[in-house]
Amino acid sequence: MANKVKLQKQYNDHMAEKAERKARKKKVRLKKLPLTLLKYAVLIFTAAVILLPLVVVFLGSFKGHEEFLTTGVFELPKNLNFDNYVRAFVDGKMSLGFFNTVIILFASIIATVLTGTMTAYIINRFKFPGRGMISNLFLVASLIPSITMQMSVFQIINKMGLFNTRWSTILLFAGTDIISIYIFLQFLENISYSLDESAIMDGASYFKVYRKIILPLLKPAIVTVIIIKGVGFYNEFYTPYLYMPSSDLAVISTALYKFTGPYGSQWEIICAGIVITLLPTLIIFLLLQKQIYAGMTQGSVKE
Amino acid sequence: MENEEEKKVKKPSVLKEFLTRRKTQKWIIVISFLIVPMFLLIAFTYLPFVDMVKYSFMKWDGFSTKKSWVGLDNYLEVFTRPEYLKVLKNSIYYFVGSLIQIALALFFATVLNAKIKGGNFFKGVIFFPSLINGVAVGMVFLYFYKGGGTLDTILTALGADPEQLPLWLGNAAIINFSLVFVSLWRYMGQNMVMFNGAIQSVSGELLEAASLDGANTWQQFMYIILPNIKTVVSLNLILAVKGAISVFEIPYIMTGGNNGSSTFVIQTLNTAFGSRKIGLASAMGVVLLIFIMIVTFIQKHFIEGKRDDYGK
Repeated sequence: MANKVKLQKQYNDHMAEKAERKARKKKVRLKKLPLTLLKYAVLIFTAAVILLPLVVVFLGSFKGHEEFLTTGVFELPKNLNFDNYVRAFVDGKMSLGFFNTVIILFASIIATVLTGTMTAYIINRFKFPGRGMISNLFLVASLIPSITMQMSVFQIINKMGLFNTRWSTILLFAGTDIISIYIFLQFLENISYSLDESAIMDGASYFKVYRKIILPLLKPAIVTVIIIKGVGFYNEFYTPYLYMPSSDLAVISTALYKFTGPYGSQWEIICAGIVITLLPTLIIFLLLQKQIYAGMTQGSVKE
Repeated sequence: MENEEEKKVKKPSVLKEFLTRRKTQKWIIVISFLIVPMFLLIAFTYLPFVDMVKYSFMKWDGFSTKKSWVGLDNYLEVFTRPEYLKVLKNSIYYFVGSLIQIALALFFATVLNAKIKGGNFFKGVIFFPSLINGVAVGMVFLYFYKGGGTLDTILTALGADPEQLPLWLGNAAIINFSLVFVSLWRYMGQNMVMFNGAIQSVSGELLEAASLDGANTWQQFMYIILPNIKTVVSLNLILAVKGAISVFEIPYIMTGGNNGSSTFVIQTLNTAFGSRKIGLASAMGVVLLIFIMIVTFIQKHFIEGKRDDYGK
């Protein structure tokens, strides 16, 4: 009987405590209400500061030349007029820019992934004299900022006869990229040797091990590298600007950069050019948000 | 596997042959897989480095066959002619800008760590600028700052006198602030996402318990979050120093380094490809490299050595 009373008391205490906790939580939340509102106000203000410069460019890109000069930046265009886009694409050579960008992007990403995975495979899986030195050479190279050495890189590209060819940019993109080797190496360290070993016991050649086991296992790391490097190469300005000045070799960045000359006073066309440049990035971001967040964090920590 | 062992017992010579064959195969794969990456590494990193050091002791225009050794003259010029080192003071604007950027990024990473409505939308909006092509960013802000452009329109609407508004990119007293704002607009989200990743490894239960005990967001941040993500924050501070020394893209695209907005890298590249003084530019490159190496050394020794509390 006494036991039952005790139990009952315990139960009551428990319920009281629970209710009290709930009330406290509510009180805390209520006390925090002004703070929550403030949080939203700050977030909305920040989002506006970030989006406004982009939105006005978007609005401007649909306006005709007269309309552009006579209306305010925030005024909506009278109608959806795609003339500026056509002019940016055709006269402004942005279509050519896309063509060259796609070729260079494709070639340099394949080269980066191949050389990166091959190097990581050898350094991680084989022991041979000189291995430590080679891996240190890559490590030290990752610390040297390449922008400081352009005067001597230029001489080398020139001597190789690659100046004003797509090869200059492709080789420089693939050849000066050390971060992806690190991403691959780090990933390989967590893959056990057992699969390689059993394949080798079955008589597979080392090349077959790379092709059939290592490459498929590295797939998530390859996706990360493609995203980081894809965005990086698409956005790169100085390398194509310095090494491919010929207007036939314009990429997106350099084609848009040239707009300031002939279209200096035609902002509506420059606006269309900006939107054209931005659109692929926006689409990729909306599609691959999660991977991009993960990849960007990984890539930048390693720099 | 079994076959292998059988052979081992019966015919040791076959195993020996197998092993030597493997050894040859190993060398073939090591050499054939490393030859291209090593060629690229040497051709585009180490050879340019050696050349740069060599050129820095020479006088050369980059074209003619006439090169002459000048000893330390180029270095003396870098350190004695004020126009070369003076631009480094512009790095201070960018460094202070990155401190503000890091503080804002910490703020938004903390705010967005709590479950709030539309959190993903705000995170996306704040992060997106860091993915945008640098030339496009430059153009967007040329439009933003131009006379009668976006900024002027907003300020006029808020009651400013249009006649009194300054030239945001034409006035040497303001230009660096304008450019630093672009850099902040562009990169704050990237820091925020990095901090956000680190904050997510901080125990949610701990934060909730603190919140129930009445700790406000500021206290939670100071006593729980910040101590747990110290390493990422200091790493970002170091990257900010490196970034501030080597600012290049945005001022180059937007102003070409005019009106007092030049930076050391712009100066170096103009010396190399504008005035065609390869020797002097190389000396500047070496000086910049030494600055960056010092910062990297600090990073490796004082921050990455303590990486254990990073969580991973």
